[in-house]
Amino acid sequence: MNIPSHLRYTKSDEWFDPASGKVGLTDYAQSQLSDIVFVEFLVNEGETVEAGKPIASVESVKAAAEVYAPVGGKIVALNNAVIDSPESLNSDPYGAAWLVQIEGGDASDLMDAAAYEQYCQEREH
Amino acid sequence: MTYIPNTPREQAEMLATIGVRSIEELFQDIPPRYRFPKINLPPALSEMEAAAELSELANSNENVRDDLISFLGAGAYYHYIPAAVDHILRRGEFYTAYTPYQPEISQGTLQAIFEYQSLMCALTGMEVSNASHYDGATAVAESVNMAYAVFRGKRTRIVIAPSVHPQYRAVVRTYVQGMSLELVGDEVSADPLSDPLTIASLIDQNTALVIVQYPDFFGRLYDYTALVQAAHAQGALVCIAANPTALALFKTPGEMGADIVVGEAQPLGIPLSFGGPYLGYFTTRKQYVHKMAGRLVGETVDTRGQRAYVLTLTAREQHIKRERATSNICTNQGLMALAAAVYLSLLGKQGLRRVAELCYHKAHYAAERLSRLPGFKRTYDGPFFHEFAIQLPKPFDVINEHLLEHGILGGYHLGADYPSLENHLLIAVTEMNRKEDIDYLCEVLQEVSHD
Repeated sequence: MNIPSHLRYTKSDEWFDPASGKVGLTDYAQSQLSDIVFVEFLVNEGETVEAGKPIASVESVKAAAEVYAPVGGKIVALNNAVIDSPESLNSDPYGAAWLVQIEGGDASDLMDAAAYEQYCQEREH
Repeated sequence: MTYIPNTPREQAEMLATIGVRSIEELFQDIPPRYRFPKINLPPALSEMEAAAELSELANSNENVRDDLISFLGAGAYYHYIPAAVDHILRRGEFYTAYTPYQPEISQGTLQAIFEYQSLMCALTGMEVSNASHYDGATAVAESVNMAYAVFRGKRTRIVIAPSVHPQYRAVVRTYVQGMSLELVGDEVSADPLSDPLTIASLIDQNTALVIVQYPDFFGRLYDYTALVQAAHAQGALVCIAANPTALALFKTPGEMGADIVVGEAQPLGIPLSFGGPYLGYFTTRKQYVHKMAGRLVGETVDTRGQRAYVLTLTAREQHIKRERATSNICTNQGLMALAAAVYLSLLGKQGLRRVAELCYHKAHYAAERLSRLPGFKRTYDGPFFHEFAIQLPKPFDVINEHLLEHGILGGYHLGADYPSLENHLLIAVTEMNRKEDIDYLCEVLQEVSHD
């Protein structure tokens, strides 16, 4: 499983990049969901969100899931490209398939890569 | 044998857990005299006796096939149903009203639903159809659910024309209870016969959906293109509830730019049956498919590359999306949808158009003759399909009674829903009404107006 070390993670399987403010779904999340066929944003650009509030909704062939804001802050960008290619969430979860960019987020409560890896392993059992 | 799958011991354990001594104690809040009322039933009958009694009861009904000439429509229409519809419907392979969950063993049913969906799209001019709803009223109500979901609850106004079927409007109100939606446009003070464009002034930036009917409840035909444009200018969606038979003859709601087209598909091969089961159809544009309620059948290929059918986009539905689903309706009217698919396939494009033409011409013949009777006056002058309204020279009850005495099921009394239309009669004419029936209706009405 791919868990990049420069990112921070939530228990609901979002990643947050403290450097860029970008947010996405983890490799673990996309593998659990299987083929993702639909992405919808639940927030608009310019909106301020609280940590833990839903920001997007994704549907796969057999499940649906909400994506929650890993940190609070202002939504400065939405990656509309994923709407036309939802499959990129499966193929490139940490790259092309970032979802939103949040400004002013505080990542101090989030897990680092090692903690998240352990968290994923615990759930495998 | 009772059908309670637990033993007395398990029952005792459960009672002890919740701290109750007996099952009877669970009912103590119900006054004793209502708990186990003595039901005064006659002695049991044998099957033969019961069958005889039930046929006798059934025979006291008067029906439009054998007993009455009907001019009653108002949302349910008497059309000819080819014998093959019933024959196919009653085949053992198809004869279940239940929605199939296992595509591997339900290919025939799924193919039938897929074809039904394709036919409804062709008829309405829309891109996507679901596998159906309970009836026209619930399909209209689901359009509200969908619009609410499209705007994620941020737009809270629904504009509905007073000329939408009163029962559809009542069901919409039941559905939206507790959703903090504001329904406007059909207030008692609104003129039911006003031009539908007048509701355009109620559409604002907070409007999620505008609902109109085509032809409207009074039978009137309007091109809603301008209304759709007015709604779209405010970012609102438009739902047109349309009679499917009429769509064979006139401009489709899809061509008018509607976002959602729904309606009662009972006219497509489903008998009047004293009010149900009927069939609600629901179609929309592809961009809204993830917000559409209900089941959806799609075509795909199996592992050997052969054409196959599946329930698709199920992630939208409530068994997966739970409270975030558009609707809590997860089923369809499978058997009725099959009837509609068979009916439409048998008639074909030309056949359905012929039915619609017969309805149109006969209704116009009836309207023309009735409006020439002294004291009778058309309620409105504009174009209509197979239903029109006429003002009666005497109270509705008097006229209706007289018609029934002569074996005629008269039309629908509009005063029942619209106080300003007291003694206005809504008359439906279909291919089932012969010219002689229409002439007879005129004779009997002339008679009663002279008395």
